[in-house]
Amino acid sequence: MTSLEAPRDTDTRRVLVTGLSTYWGGRLAQALESFEHIDAIIGVDTEAPNRELERTEYVKVTNQHSLLERIVRAAEIDTVIDTRLVVNSLMAAPRLAHENNVIGTMNILAACTGSDSPVRKFIFKSSTHYYGAEQDDPAFFTEEMGRPHPARTGLERDILEAEQAVAEFAQRNDNVNVTVLRCANVLGPDVDTAFTRMLRLPAVPMVLGFDPRLQFVHEDDVVHALEHAAFHVAPGIYNVAADGVLALSEIIDLAGRLPLPILPPWGTGIATSSLRRLGFRIPVEVVNQLRFGRGVDNRLFKSTGFDYGYTTREAVIKLAEHMRLAPVMRGTEHEYRYEREIEEFLRWSPNVRREHPGERGGVAADREPLGF
Amino acid sequence: MPAETAGEAAAGEQLPERRPAEVMRELLPAIEPERRLNDWGRSERVDGFMDQTLVEFFYRYWFRTEVEGVDNVPSEAGALLVSNHAGALPPDAPMIAKAIREEHPNPRPLNITVEHFFKGYPGFSMLIPKTGCVAAHPANVHRLLYDERQLVLVFPEGRKGTEKLYRDRYRLRRFGRGGFVEAAMRAEAQIVPTCVIGAEESAPIFGHVDVMKKITGLLYFPITPTFPWLGPFGMLGYLPAKFKIRFLEPIDTLELGGAEAAEDKALVQTLAQEIRAQIQENLHDMLSKRKSVWLG
Repeated sequence: MTSLEAPRDTDTRRVLVTGLSTYWGGRLAQALESFEHIDAIIGVDTEAPNRELERTEYVKVTNQHSLLERIVRAAEIDTVIDTRLVVNSLMAAPRLAHENNVIGTMNILAACTGSDSPVRKFIFKSSTHYYGAEQDDPAFFTEEMGRPHPARTGLERDILEAEQAVAEFAQRNDNVNVTVLRCANVLGPDVDTAFTRMLRLPAVPMVLGFDPRLQFVHEDDVVHALEHAAFHVAPGIYNVAADGVLALSEIIDLAGRLPLPILPPWGTGIATSSLRRLGFRIPVEVVNQLRFGRGVDNRLFKSTGFDYGYTTREAVIKLAEHMRLAPVMRGTEHEYRYEREIEEFLRWSPNVRREHPGERGGVAADREPLGF
Repeated sequence: MPAETAGEAAAGEQLPERRPAEVMRELLPAIEPERRLNDWGRSERVDGFMDQTLVEFFYRYWFRTEVEGVDNVPSEAGALLVSNHAGALPPDAPMIAKAIREEHPNPRPLNITVEHFFKGYPGFSMLIPKTGCVAAHPANVHRLLYDERQLVLVFPEGRKGTEKLYRDRYRLRRFGRGGFVEAAMRAEAQIVPTCVIGAEESAPIFGHVDVMKKITGLLYFPITPTFPWLGPFGMLGYLPAKFKIRFLEPIDTLELGGAEAAEDKALVQTLAQEIRAQIQENLHDMLSKRKSVWLG
């Protein structure tokens, strides 16, 4: 449906990716490298990237807005893609998550503010944890719905606060196109999320008497969604979630796992915290999802011309296939480690021969399922 | 920062414009035939099995259901069926769904709206959506009627209808705040008032035990001829009353102004009152012609 396509944004040339060492930052930078019309890709983070990057420049910087602002201005960044939001409370301590999600977002926004700022596009990767999961939720959240109940966990509160800061930024800076992508729970062979962890267990814990409706999105689709937002004029808030809302029992079945309804319907919170010690690492913000589930309306982003590569069902099947192959493929993938001197040599030394810029990345190669 | 207001602030200026309804309808997820459940959680298998066994038995042999005016149910586009509601575990909803499936020239699945309570109660939460029930959230009704153009059944009386005692039978309770009219107008769907008799006598409630309601956490804990005496299955111990279902002339909300008129609270309330009166009147008419509760 070409008629749906949002106008192409050809002015995206100099991109700043925040959270370069996170999964999304690394994947996105890799993907952007293959687009020749992108002149510069700068990645900032506090840690070194863990993906092999060809022409992305990594700048080690804390979330200090004055430093970020200097980078933004010096490199004349026109597009900032903020991928650093922590959406899983098990990935970071609450204080660090708050620091990153709330304070970090504010600092990055501050670095893009100002009438003489070169930034004209800001893309923020958020999460459908924004909506929460409650008993009286609609079956499909649309973007304008907001959150019907106050946040239950610290992480959800942080996400709400971060989005609030982005919304205020959008209101104050008319000249900046702000896109917020609320991604559903991500599945994929590479990414590490609460649900990929759960589905990797031999038996998947369920809340007794509940079979929640869940919706996922494949990791490649999230990267493509960020790309799509970068290359099209699509200001606003969008849900990013694959077609199809599946019951957890069906998901477990597709993944070839066993359902294990061991979480009691009452006192689920206490039960999960003791289960966490046993190795069933279920983050608090997912507990309610295991009970009530969550579905979102994904049509708005599709109406900007975006096509998903996978439905929820296909994403689950893809992960299952990868999990079955994992024992066979173990040890064949090499771990990438960032070595500053080598990276700098490869990038800047006149003795390095560059035949085709971006020969390794490549859009076509990137569209193929990754992982093995 | 108050977290509750975050949504509203974000919704202020940032929302992209929606494309016209036809385009948005095309963007609805395609049906994957390999799936066991649809996006709402309905299972063709469970629903079909219930339809072939329990519902079939009750519809045909136990309640010997008679249907009038089934042609008033539109055979395409979204339509909202509005019915009276009764019985401890109300048998009226599955009977209306079955009536459409059996008698209608273009049978379509009926989405029955139920209270949010069921989503939160273990067990019910697994079963209820599989049989084609959805939570009575305005957004759910809107999506079903407007985007998916399906049939939706609502009971505006809600719990007030099902918990009323036998002596109050066929006295319609308040019709909520007219939310169902508003939903239909927003969705530009037709409203089909529906009357059911027999349900009241098939599962009469003689009283309520509030203590048990608190202990079990159920919506109510009724005393019926078979419940709680026969255990949980006593809820299915319906008496063989004769069922009659009458579908009334559909009301076209587009003619009344459609989506814009949904803001008009007075119009919404008036229409809700009219529909209530119409159903009540038809119930009286059906009851006055009924010679026997059991034989019809």
